[in-house]
Amino acid sequence: MSVRRLAEEQPESFEFTPENLEWAQQQIAKYPEGRAASAVISLLWRGQEQNDGWVSEPMIRCIGDLLGMPYIRVLEVATFYTMFNLAPRGKYLIQICKTTPCWLRGSDDVTDVVKRKLGVGPGKVTEDGLFSWMEVECLGACCNAPMIQINDDYYEDLDAARTEALLDAFARGETPAPGSQTGRRSSEPVGGLTSLTGSAGQTGGES
Amino acid sequence: MPKLTIDGTEVEVEPGASLLQACEAAGKEIPRFCYHERLSIAGNCRMCLIEVEGGPPKPVASCAMAAADDMVVHTDSPMVKKAREGVMEFLLANHPLDCPICDQGGECDLQDQAMAFGTDGSRFAENKRAVDDKNMGPLIKTEMTRCIHCTRCVRFTTEVAGIYDLGATGRGEDLEITTYLEKAVMSEMSGNVIDLCPVGALTSKPYAFTARPWELSKTETIDVMDAIGSSIRVDARGSEVMRILPRINDDVNEEWISDKTRFIWDGLRRQRLDTPYIREDGKLRKAGWGEALQRVAEKVKAAAPDRIAAVAGDLACAESMAALKDLWDALGSPHIDCRQDGAQLGGGERGDYLFTSTLSAIDTADALLLIGCNPRAEAAVFNARIVERSRLGGFAAASIGAPIDANFPCAQLGAGPATLRELIAGEHSFAKTLADAEQPMIIVGMGALARPDGAAVLSAAKQLAANVGATGVDVLHNAAARVGGLDLGLLPGEGGRDVAAIMQGAQAGEVDLVYLLGADEIDMNGLGDAFIVYQGSHGDAGAHRADVILPGAAYTEKNALWVNTEGRVQLGVRACFPPGEAREDWTILRALSDFVGHTLGYDDLSGLRARMIELAPHFTEIGTAGQAVAGAASEGAAMADTPFDLAIDDFYLTNPIARASAVMAECSALAQVAAQDKEATGTHG
Repeated sequence: MSVRRLAEEQPESFEFTPENLEWAQQQIAKYPEGRAASAVISLLWRGQEQNDGWVSEPMIRCIGDLLGMPYIRVLEVATFYTMFNLAPRGKYLIQICKTTPCWLRGSDDVTDVVKRKLGVGPGKVTEDGLFSWMEVECLGACCNAPMIQINDDYYEDLDAARTEALLDAFARGETPAPGSQTGRRSSEPVGGLTSLTGSAGQTGGES
Repeated sequence: MPKLTIDGTEVEVEPGASLLQACEAAGKEIPRFCYHERLSIAGNCRMCLIEVEGGPPKPVASCAMAAADDMVVHTDSPMVKKAREGVMEFLLANHPLDCPICDQGGECDLQDQAMAFGTDGSRFAENKRAVDDKNMGPLIKTEMTRCIHCTRCVRFTTEVAGIYDLGATGRGEDLEITTYLEKAVMSEMSGNVIDLCPVGALTSKPYAFTARPWELSKTETIDVMDAIGSSIRVDARGSEVMRILPRINDDVNEEWISDKTRFIWDGLRRQRLDTPYIREDGKLRKAGWGEALQRVAEKVKAAAPDRIAAVAGDLACAESMAALKDLWDALGSPHIDCRQDGAQLGGGERGDYLFTSTLSAIDTADALLLIGCNPRAEAAVFNARIVERSRLGGFAAASIGAPIDANFPCAQLGAGPATLRELIAGEHSFAKTLADAEQPMIIVGMGALARPDGAAVLSAAKQLAANVGATGVDVLHNAAARVGGLDLGLLPGEGGRDVAAIMQGAQAGEVDLVYLLGADEIDMNGLGDAFIVYQGSHGDAGAHRADVILPGAAYTEKNALWVNTEGRVQLGVRACFPPGEAREDWTILRALSDFVGHTLGYDDLSGLRARMIELAPHFTEIGTAGQAVAGAASEGAAMADTPFDLAIDDFYLTNPIARASAVMAECSALAQVAAQDKEATGTHG
């Protein structure tokens, strides 16, 4: 965690696209009269999606006006949640899990590769505009540690080489299949199944 | 009513009281930072931890837990002691040890409570956090590294001041109190966050590094910036007022004061009249008291009684007005008035010009109609009370008159008398709201009364009040002197001229001499060739036009009475002496009476006060708003169709002291820019 501020360079304005605006109105309608502020997180999230993945200052004002909320209240929410990026990001946002299970399984190696390949600090965008990266707390995929999240997908069971291959693939414009990068299915044991090996009806001799 | 045991003492508290309040009722001191009686409960500082038997085996935040029957509470157990020490160690982990250069030093909650409840050391060996200072405008100085995240300031601005400027961004250790994009806090009440801040994060910018609390002499007195008469404490060092703080007075200002009240003090040092002046060959020159009074006496004696007039200003104390009235009576002139703005009030029943239902009645009111009144500018502290009431719900407010920038939901019904007539006829939907309300309140301001048909407007308002079953009409004054002046009868006598007629007379050469007792708000160009005597404290409009200047005392420099808009007689106490040759105002008039050969019959303050009680018996009842009866609505008076104006254009510059203050000038300029921005973009915030 660090101090979260709005980016210094901001666009002139922000407006929801007609489709998003309609969606926003639907969100607002979910809440009772006078409680429109409850929709602030949904709207910020949709605004971030529309705005190439980051929340701008005009967007905060736009959402404040839409919800009848003081701007400072919207800013409070936007700065509280780290899932809202307050500065432009690369096309691919890499979130490296650094919490204990991933760290024990080698997230430092993964981080080193990302740092070396991208050549920019956390939160910064590579020159080609493709990548930016950040360290995050547990993303909840500890069985497949270490792992990273690239945009909306998890890439798991990484080591230095696999991370490098992954980044190269993205740089070439490919979209590698998400999930485990060693080929195992979801979070099944690495060495094959140790229980539930038989089919239904054949197990349960002991109990 | 819950009955519980606190440290072995049994206490009974109101239902819904918190454990913290119960502990206080039992006489136990509970340290706290975020908890404040008049704000919502946040429960985020954790300093008020206590032990409750039978509950979970951990300390309980007493501010956020309700007292219940049969609770057994300990405030002095080892668990509580350890908890307090732990919380204090956490709070101090990031708090800088800069007390020697901190303005809060000596009156800091954190300092005091660290001494009382903390330990002598810290186990925190890492680097302390540092936070960027924020811009919050010309009044609030920030040192955000000192902030302990109690959020009192955020809650105050939202809940009491009714503005949504302050907020807490980020989270955890990186939480920062800031305004949106670091704009100045735009509120007439913003200075109160300085008092609320339990540490030195928010301090007074004008007062910065000028004094320490222990070297100030503290005087409990009364404010005169508006007709509310907030209770204040004036802190002075020698002959200079260093700062002004609020005192608790639940009937009047709770514990808040407006920014004008708080930061006016630099105006008390500038533009002061510290010696008499006489105009010779078009230029003012310094003079002695004898010479100046002699010159005034010559002019007074030379003029026929019918050709002299007196006007009392908006800050004049009751004593000086009583002396002026007596002197004018003795001279035989009926031309005297205390209503610079031409308000059509006075003469009838006392209840006709008072805020009869008292200011605190708003706490229980459920409907409010403002007629030609903008409480935010005219009585900012009372406005905060409306905001608090409004926030609780079940409250409808509406306004007739020029559109006002209300910071509570307030419907704009119309611009003037036409709408008022509709309401009386019951043709307007808000008439039903008022009639259905259990305690409707109708407030009439100077925007509706300071016009030729003011009496008719007041009468119409009374008619409306009778129709909807309100107890009466409440008159909201904006001049501290006004009610006192009306009480003492500073009104034109038989055949006498009011302010407008005095000016007309002066212009037409029918009035030879005009005595201005601190009157600066009339158009000085409209006084023709009349000889002008100005008695007052500041070199403002009146002094510029004057032929003789008699230097008087400002409100912090005299023992004097003021009567607030409710009719509450309040005692002002001298905090320091007037500068140079300046004198207390009533003594100047007493001296002048000698020179003109009509010596007033009192030689000291008690003599004068006895005379005032003769004139108006309620001057004995200091501090209470006595019952006053209002007359009935009169028939036949017709209202003009012109819309009601705003009585005050610029909240920050309403009187000579404010106009002399650099801080007020800066605030005024900022407010104007903000108003223009608002007009330009048409958005809020």
